[in-house]
Amino acid sequence: MSTTLTINGKSTAVQAEPETPVLWLLRGELKMTGTKFGCGMGLCGACTVLVDGQPVRSCVTPVAAVEGKALTTVEGLQALDARVAGAVRAAWLKLDVVQCGYCQSGQVVAATALLKANPAPSDADIDTALAGNLCRCGTYPRIRAAIHAAAVALKDIPA
Amino acid sequence: MKRRHFVLGTLGVAGALGVGWSLLPPRQRLATRTPLATGAGETALTGWLKLGRDGALHLVMPRSEMGQGVHTGLAMLLADELDAEWSRVRLAPAPIDPIFFNQAVVADGLPFHPDSDGAIKRSAARLTAKAMREIGLMVTGGSSSIKDLWLPMRQAGAAARAMLLTAAAQRFGVPVGELAASDGVVLHAASGKRATYGELAEAAGRLPLPDDVPLKTPAQWKLIGKPLPRIEAASKALGTAGFGSDALPPGLLYASVAMCPTLGGEVKQVDSSAARALPGVKQVVMFPGYAGGTAGVAAIADTPWHAMQALKKTAIVWDEATSPAAGFSSTAFVDGLAKTLDSDSGFAYFKTGDVDAALKGAARTLSAEYRAPFLAHATMEPQTCTAQVRDGQATVWAPTQIPDAARRAVARALGLKAEQVTVHVTLLGGGFGRRLDMDFIAQAAVIAQLGGGGAPVQTIWSREEDMRHDFYRPAAVSRFTAGLDAKGQLLAWKNSSAGPSPTQASLSRLFGLPKVGPDKTASEGAFDQPYAFPAARVGHVIVDSPAPVGFWRSVGHSHHAFFKESFIDEAAHAAGQDPVAFRAALLAQHPRALAVLQAAAALGGWGQPVPPAPDGAKAARGIALHRSFGSIVAQVAEVSLSAEKAIRVHRVCCVIDCGTAVNPNLIRQQMESGIVFGLSAALYGRIDIENGRVLQSNFHDQPVLRIHECPVIQTEIIASTEPPEGVGEPGTPPIAPAVANAIYALTGQRLRTLPLKVA
Repeated sequence: MSTTLTINGKSTAVQAEPETPVLWLLRGELKMTGTKFGCGMGLCGACTVLVDGQPVRSCVTPVAAVEGKALTTVEGLQALDARVAGAVRAAWLKLDVVQCGYCQSGQVVAATALLKANPAPSDADIDTALAGNLCRCGTYPRIRAAIHAAAVALKDIPA
Repeated sequence: MKRRHFVLGTLGVAGALGVGWSLLPPRQRLATRTPLATGAGETALTGWLKLGRDGALHLVMPRSEMGQGVHTGLAMLLADELDAEWSRVRLAPAPIDPIFFNQAVVADGLPFHPDSDGAIKRSAARLTAKAMREIGLMVTGGSSSIKDLWLPMRQAGAAARAMLLTAAAQRFGVPVGELAASDGVVLHAASGKRATYGELAEAAGRLPLPDDVPLKTPAQWKLIGKPLPRIEAASKALGTAGFGSDALPPGLLYASVAMCPTLGGEVKQVDSSAARALPGVKQVVMFPGYAGGTAGVAAIADTPWHAMQALKKTAIVWDEATSPAAGFSSTAFVDGLAKTLDSDSGFAYFKTGDVDAALKGAARTLSAEYRAPFLAHATMEPQTCTAQVRDGQATVWAPTQIPDAARRAVARALGLKAEQVTVHVTLLGGGFGRRLDMDFIAQAAVIAQLGGGGAPVQTIWSREEDMRHDFYRPAAVSRFTAGLDAKGQLLAWKNSSAGPSPTQASLSRLFGLPKVGPDKTASEGAFDQPYAFPAARVGHVIVDSPAPVGFWRSVGHSHHAFFKESFIDEAAHAAGQDPVAFRAALLAQHPRALAVLQAAAALGGWGQPVPPAPDGAKAARGIALHRSFGSIVAQVAEVSLSAEKAIRVHRVCCVIDCGTAVNPNLIRQQMESGIVFGLSAALYGRIDIENGRVLQSNFHDQPVLRIHECPVIQTEIIASTEPPEGVGEPGTPPIAPAVANAIYALTGQRLRTLPLKVA
């Protein structure tokens, strides 16, 4: 069974069965290891990708559900929106957000989607948007600060 | 004297006692037994770094990065003394060699009170260090990496710098004293002659290794003490960093595993006929339990999803009755611990004065019993390992905290010699002590051997298998009795606790050592604190558990701090005294601990009105002070309750004295990390085992803290010139008691079990 998906802006032929979760298509067949496995139940957010710009848990989203849609992984954020992705990355580095880093692909994807939809999120907006992304290392305070910092930086970067 | 017998007994069992040993100073950790492997144009200077002709600098990194920042912190030590160009520093994996064995973590494991400084303690530490040089472990754990390598890596950097300067002096024809080195360049100011480290590397490599180079003074440090960003931050933010399941050797197959639901159980029967008919499926194999792990079945396929589907279609009959954990109930076990304390007050890890007499003479006594459950590690990355077995050789890519133990475990499981096994250490998606165990690594190797056909096989555990096949933080019960005089001064402190020993269990798994003798880690956090009790006895009974136990971030401190800091708070309230003042009165002999306590109280606004929660609910503060891994931490938590009585922590103020702060940013990160990890456990952590099966399985029934529940965290680091102490774990012990003490102040309810629930 094969189909063609749009992944990070590129048309990609895939062999996987339609019920294959997108996470395992990415990590298995396509060897795209940026998206991580954490729970398999859509509870931890490590597998977060964007489908038509919306954050989605790829461990519980079948390939069939993303046919005809734009799938963006952490590897494709720069191509999706260099301005927002760049601001997020710069803030992440400036505030030294990461620790072990395993949850961070999902965090960065969710943060980028948030800022694209809401350029000036409040603490409550951030908490709501990132509530599905677990971190066992305690990077939450710095994630919040980095999203605010990115929002501030984006005000000065023309869209 | 029991302690001495234990120490010598341990060394004897380890086979390391000998005659004629002498102290080996840190500079003896300069050279590996075999010269470092180098590439074209690359020269090794000491056993710790390689310099390329083009200036590429590779520091040998013997410790595992699991988020604690050790790759950055350790690299700073060497790079500073070397006067390297920091932006050019890269890391190279360390070969397995005794100079990389962790000596500090073992010395700290000896059962002496931190304040005792007798000759026995000092010579035991020296003997242990010597033993560990021969049979030790390249272990990352125990908050000890910086402490262990503080001198050796700085010595290596200084020695390499001296060799480069000597080479430059010879090349320029000038005295070494006229040369300056900075950012990877040697300069002779008088003549303007200069040479890069890369240009000098080969010549320097031909010089003898100097063994007495003076180190920089703190005033000369350029990197140490600075909040440098961690070196692997960019790759982690981009998703390109390599974790355990990101290794992609060519021809990679994937394995999905199911282990017996009863811990330690076996496989009775497997029917894989349906599974093997599915697309992409290569093999279905059975594997025994290794290194304390549980037996199970693996389905191997061309993609992870095909492997998972095949496993679902495999019919497995388990043999659960013969496991030592069959029928084990965590509830009954904890009740049993309490019953043990009815008649056994345990080995005394600390005694002073006559506590029973002091209690008899007390104006008022109070008693309480505390309990803590088994806990899972729940690393963000479920256990995983990639292994290839071919032509009598094995290669594993493993997120491990002990690469040499991993090598040994794989060799043993496969029937190979250690030299036939290569371990590549990946980044760890969280460690917390889980990756001190070798079960999942040996398992992956056996799966590759049995079903890989020479191809590499990546075994990925599901979250359910991970949560149900852990080495749990042991459950514990602790009983206290305190005596106060008429003025409310603490006269007597009696504490007896009971629970399994993770060190005994782990050493048994790693080395086959028998589980005998006292174990300091079973009582740490209870017997080793800075309070000066006039009379005290702190004892612990080790009760073995059929459920597997292991090291969980801060180990014994993780529950003893909750017990001890809660009960001392009870004593303070019984005495009618302010909890900070009550503790301060017991710290007259420990100015450093007193300073931390007072700084935390100040930072936390102790004594000032507590602002209400954002929804207007009343809030209160609680404080806790705890010494662990050489560092002293105090935390003040501001807590309120929701309308449904959910505990909400709004702010945590944290002060740490960890000696010299190598990288203040990493220290702050570790305080944030330890607090969130400990708070998650305090509010939600519990693993229940019934009939030998773990009940919890994923984040729906074992929740962990989410971003909207995370407090504001403010950290202050006490300025110090003492040698650096631990940072990875000390942030965790104080948070549970700080929160529980706040809840008491808020509601009058004294919570004596974890996780915390307000009635």
